[in-house]
Amino acid sequence: MTITLAFLALLMAAFAGWLVRQSVGVQPWIADSQTAALPPQQVSLTASPVGLAVFLAVVTSVFGLTISAYVMRMAAAPEWDFLPQPPLLWINGALLVLASLALQTAWSAARQANAQRFAQSLGFGAACTVAFIAGQVLLWRELSGAGYSMARYVGSAFFVLMGALHALHMLGGLYALLRVVLRLQRGVALPQVREAVGLCAIYWHYLLLVWAVLFTVLFVGAEPLYAWCRS
Amino acid sequence: MAIAIALILLLAGSILFHFLSPWQLTPLASNWGSIDDTIGITFWVTGFVFVAVNVFMAWAIVRYRWRADRRAEYEPENKKLEWWLIGVTTVGIAALLAPGLFVWASYVTVPDDAHEVEVVGQQWHWGFRFPGEDGSFGRVDTRLVTGDNPFGMDASDPAGHDDVLVHGSRVRLPVDRPVKALLRSRDVLHNFQVAQFRAKMDLVPGQLSYLWVTPTRTGEFEILCAELCGIGHFAMRGMVEVVEPEVFEQWLAAQPTYASELARAAPDAAAGKALYTPCAACHGAEGQGNVQMNAPRLAGQDAWYLIRQLEYFKAGARGAHPDDTHGQQMRAFAGMLADRAAMADLAAYVETFPEPPPVISIDGNPQRGARVWRNCGACHGSEGQGLQATQAPRLAGQDDWYLERQLENFRRGIRGRHPGDAYGWQMAEMAKLLRDDDATRDLIAHINTLALAAAPAPADPTALARRTD
Amino acid sequence: MAHSIYDAVSTAPPAEGPEMELPPHAHSFIGKYVFCQDAKVIAIQYAITATAIGLVALALSIVMRLQLGFPDSFSLIDPSNYLQAVSMHGMIMVVYLLTALFLGGFGNYLIPLMVGARDMVFPWLNMMSFWIYLLAVLVLVASFFAPGGPTGGGWTLYPPQVVSPGTPGVGGGIILMLVSLGLFIIGFTMGGLNYVVTVLQARTRGMTLMRMPLTVWGIFMATVLALLAFPALFVAALMMLLDHTIGTSFFLPSMLNLGEQSEHSGGSPLLFQHLFWFFGHPEVYIVALPAFGIVSDLIATHARRNIFGYRMMVWAIIAIGALSFVVWAHHMYVSGMNPYFGFLFATTTLIIAVPTAIKVYNWVLTLWRGNIRLTVPMLFAIGFIFTFVNGGLTGLFLGNVTVDVPLSDTYFVVAHFHMVMAVAPIMVIFGAIYHWYPKITGRMFNETAGKIHFWMTFLGTYAIYYPMHYIGFEGVPRRYYAYGETAFISDSVQTLNAFITIAAIVVAVTQILFIFNLVWSWLYGDEADPNPWKATTLEWQTPHNPPQHGNFGPELPVVYRWPYDYSVPGAKDDFIPQNVPPEQVEMLPGYAPAAKS
Repeated sequence: MTITLAFLALLMAAFAGWLVRQSVGVQPWIADSQTAALPPQQVSLTASPVGLAVFLAVVTSVFGLTISAYVMRMAAAPEWDFLPQPPLLWINGALLVLASLALQTAWSAARQANAQRFAQSLGFGAACTVAFIAGQVLLWRELSGAGYSMARYVGSAFFVLMGALHALHMLGGLYALLRVVLRLQRGVALPQVREAVGLCAIYWHYLLLVWAVLFTVLFVGAEPLYAWCRS
Repeated sequence: MAIAIALILLLAGSILFHFLSPWQLTPLASNWGSIDDTIGITFWVTGFVFVAVNVFMAWAIVRYRWRADRRAEYEPENKKLEWWLIGVTTVGIAALLAPGLFVWASYVTVPDDAHEVEVVGQQWHWGFRFPGEDGSFGRVDTRLVTGDNPFGMDASDPAGHDDVLVHGSRVRLPVDRPVKALLRSRDVLHNFQVAQFRAKMDLVPGQLSYLWVTPTRTGEFEILCAELCGIGHFAMRGMVEVVEPEVFEQWLAAQPTYASELARAAPDAAAGKALYTPCAACHGAEGQGNVQMNAPRLAGQDAWYLIRQLEYFKAGARGAHPDDTHGQQMRAFAGMLADRAAMADLAAYVETFPEPPPVISIDGNPQRGARVWRNCGACHGSEGQGLQATQAPRLAGQDDWYLERQLENFRRGIRGRHPGDAYGWQMAEMAKLLRDDDATRDLIAHINTLALAAAPAPADPTALARRTD
Repeated sequence: MAHSIYDAVSTAPPAEGPEMELPPHAHSFIGKYVFCQDAKVIAIQYAITATAIGLVALALSIVMRLQLGFPDSFSLIDPSNYLQAVSMHGMIMVVYLLTALFLGGFGNYLIPLMVGARDMVFPWLNMMSFWIYLLAVLVLVASFFAPGGPTGGGWTLYPPQVVSPGTPGVGGGIILMLVSLGLFIIGFTMGGLNYVVTVLQARTRGMTLMRMPLTVWGIFMATVLALLAFPALFVAALMMLLDHTIGTSFFLPSMLNLGEQSEHSGGSPLLFQHLFWFFGHPEVYIVALPAFGIVSDLIATHARRNIFGYRMMVWAIIAIGALSFVVWAHHMYVSGMNPYFGFLFATTTLIIAVPTAIKVYNWVLTLWRGNIRLTVPMLFAIGFIFTFVNGGLTGLFLGNVTVDVPLSDTYFVVAHFHMVMAVAPIMVIFGAIYHWYPKITGRMFNETAGKIHFWMTFLGTYAIYYPMHYIGFEGVPRRYYAYGETAFISDSVQTLNAFITIAAIVVAVTQILFIFNLVWSWLYGDEADPNPWKATTLEWQTPHNPPQHGNFGPELPVVYRWPYDYSVPGAKDDFIPQNVPPEQVEMLPGYAPAAKS
């Protein structure tokens, strides 16, 4: 719970800080005409990026709580079976890094209106993502084939839980990407999907970060984490 | 206006209710008077705020009621007033919190001279274990739990051999001696609540929790389960008897230790055969039962249940009720069995009887009965096969006239209400589900269908005797 | 003063950029009323669905009360379906009625109108939110028809018992329950993103944060809490589903299932409780904060007085929201968790009482020196304050760890949480429905029926829950089908229980009058004045009544003032709508028509 609380504390602090800037010294009961008379402000952010930011906060809460549960479950267990780290695990990680890089490239290609590079990198990114999800399924089969079944090993169960949640979020991202492609096919110009592609890229980076954390707590960092939980 | 009057009347009514209410904390029987004090403090502080805020509100509603010629006062805020209110509230809250934390510190700190008792919760009864002479509990593991080892004792741990095991839901505690209750569950969550002790705590499977208390007066106090634990939750009842220390020591010494249970000889069916001779007259040579003699079927019943009932008959926990004429008859026979070993031998012999096909004599609506049965099946097994874990006997295949009579006895309090009957209270409460005789017959009709389903298919279907007397 | 204006300017919302594109308004019946992306229609869809399932939960509560009041009388009520009624009543009321009605219903209707937006920012997502909610409700209803019926494990769904064979509904019931919760959370997240982003991004010109009505603040903060807290329930439900279906051991230790050794090992039942209450406690405020916000506006409007201490009210909402994440384990004082947590959580819990008390003071101080119109919404608002003060104060018993010990798991708890998070928010819901009914339907409700509804509900619920505390004092445990022969429970408890049952039936029957009033008035009621309460907020200033698609006609309103300009000295009317510029305020003779700045 500490982990989730830390995240929430950060979020609340940021929120409160922002609010303080908006409200300190404001006397709300004072009416004025100036506010309304001002010319329309430059729109700094449209709704979509704000929506994505809020959504990412929710997703962080989901994964934060899963990790909290994982740590608390570790703390409650007198013994723990650590998962092996087959090569596929590292291949999957590499695929996700590539996907993230490809989407970043697609984003900048969209900004430069470079249609060819955009199509290539978008296609490559999507392919890497699909390969990653398939790789995760294979990894799960490999682990359960090696005896690490969900029912017997809670570490394996957490891998499936977290991995599936992560993969579902990746699938959601692919759906968003598909909508971009469909819009382009309907004849929408490349610069007009710039924002959407950018948001996809940010989402991919974010999910890469999430996977990096999950990868650490589930595999490479599991032993020290367990030692810390039990101390 | 009416609302202001209503508020004042509600306030006055609430205060009157508080002082006149016959429903108050049960008389205290432990050292936790300090908990009652914190409740008292909270009552006075919150009661004052409740009255103050609402009287002010009612006054404001009357004083500032709508008048077309008047304007409300425009006052966006009043920093001074607001900070004063915050300050006063904070002080009030602190005044509530401080004693609470102070008492909690003693609640979680067990005195060094406390003796220990382990409370084991299970669906839907209690068990207790004392550490025995060596003062330490032996190892237990839920995986080791069997019908004969309900505590899950680990026989390989010598520390456990002198542990005193209290089967059944009654326990005794010495007065004026602090006791630390170690709480564990072997299935779901339970909660150990004795209202007069004030203290309570959950029993959680897979871990130990604890509470401590010093009983301060002798008497019998009911243990209620206060954490939802399934269908039988409301009927999960135990009893703490607080007694003088010497009475407690005597009682404790008379309880079996784990070693004595381990040392029990295997039951001898051959010896049981000799003991069965007087039984055969009524129950039949092969325990098939005899309705004319009012003797139920024994064949097919589990030994653990037979032993317990024989013990009850002998001790008067069953059959001693003046309205239980057949039970009184049985008491005389049970008294002929010398000890538990004899009963075990007898039960082992009964277990060798072949199972005759069920005999059906009661008509009812089995569909309606099935609706009630889901409550019964939780303890007796969904097929009525009986579950030792819940201490519920086999019903499928039992003579239906006997089931009807026993259900009637439970409903009327003829059976099950004796303090020596550890699981009877539960059944007596459950039997109240059967609101009338039709409901009983419907239920039995359903149990009969279970019996027919379980019975080995007879070569000749007409062999299923059907009697309608 | 220049400084404050500068601040207000610099934080003006960005909505005056390009007008948001509204999805074209459909003209077919299906497009207009079924698959509709207009937040106002979605709000009504949410409200009707929530009310319908809420009536089921109300009926279940009567089942419980009949058994408790007159035990051994109803042959159809047995321990299994009693527990099922308890569980489903709780779950439906808390999640599917209160959360959905406050956020999906009032949130959808009021946020765009009150902040001066044309609609929610993601209308399609908003529509999906309702349909997934409806699906969740249908799955929930399906669990009633599953073999073995719905779950009887209590609304808290504690493992192991909720998935153990000694509990009703372990067949399909619990699985459908968990699936339904998962769907609800997904659907809610879609709606919640809308509510938050609309408040952040779609406010009209001049609508600074500190000029938002407290209703919007309450719903906004509640949505933030819900977005962050519901994931805990989501994760917990998912893990429980895996435990129950695949046999993982997240929550289940090695244990016995009615004598059978289970395959599980090492799981922690307390882990579930932590996750559940990490959601469950903020959930209390997810229901309470919108109620706080709405009731503030009701009181200000009908007392013709500015809300007292607006800034403190906003900060109290935020403080309560933030603190609500660090008090969850006060539901677990006697759960067997490390008892030393009791010190921490008792302290945080009692701290949260301070901002809550401030809100109460400010409501009462708004009445003070007001000019109070005892309309039906105002009666409900006063009823709310009375009930909430009562329920809030009993919270000080249960939040204070020591005092909680003898009272936890007794009827005191039942009485407390019904007062504070059932009756109090429902009072606000009723008040709010009466308040905005003329806006939503364009018709006036029948006031006499409204007053009868208020009196029966207010006095009836108090008669139910006030005496119930005392049953708890006596130590009577909750979730008991029957008390049987228990020495310490006096016989008079039975008499009191019968009285409570009768009061509950009266209150339940009264709600038929309420629903009849709503339906009848919608069909035959008098046409309502566009601003019958003479309120200042933007939803009352729409060109059409009820507001049409796009809410505000061709021009979005511009906001010049906060929403509480009631009885401004010198102004001719006792209210000045938010969109009236200072120079257009009609003044009484002798007052300068100048802006106050």
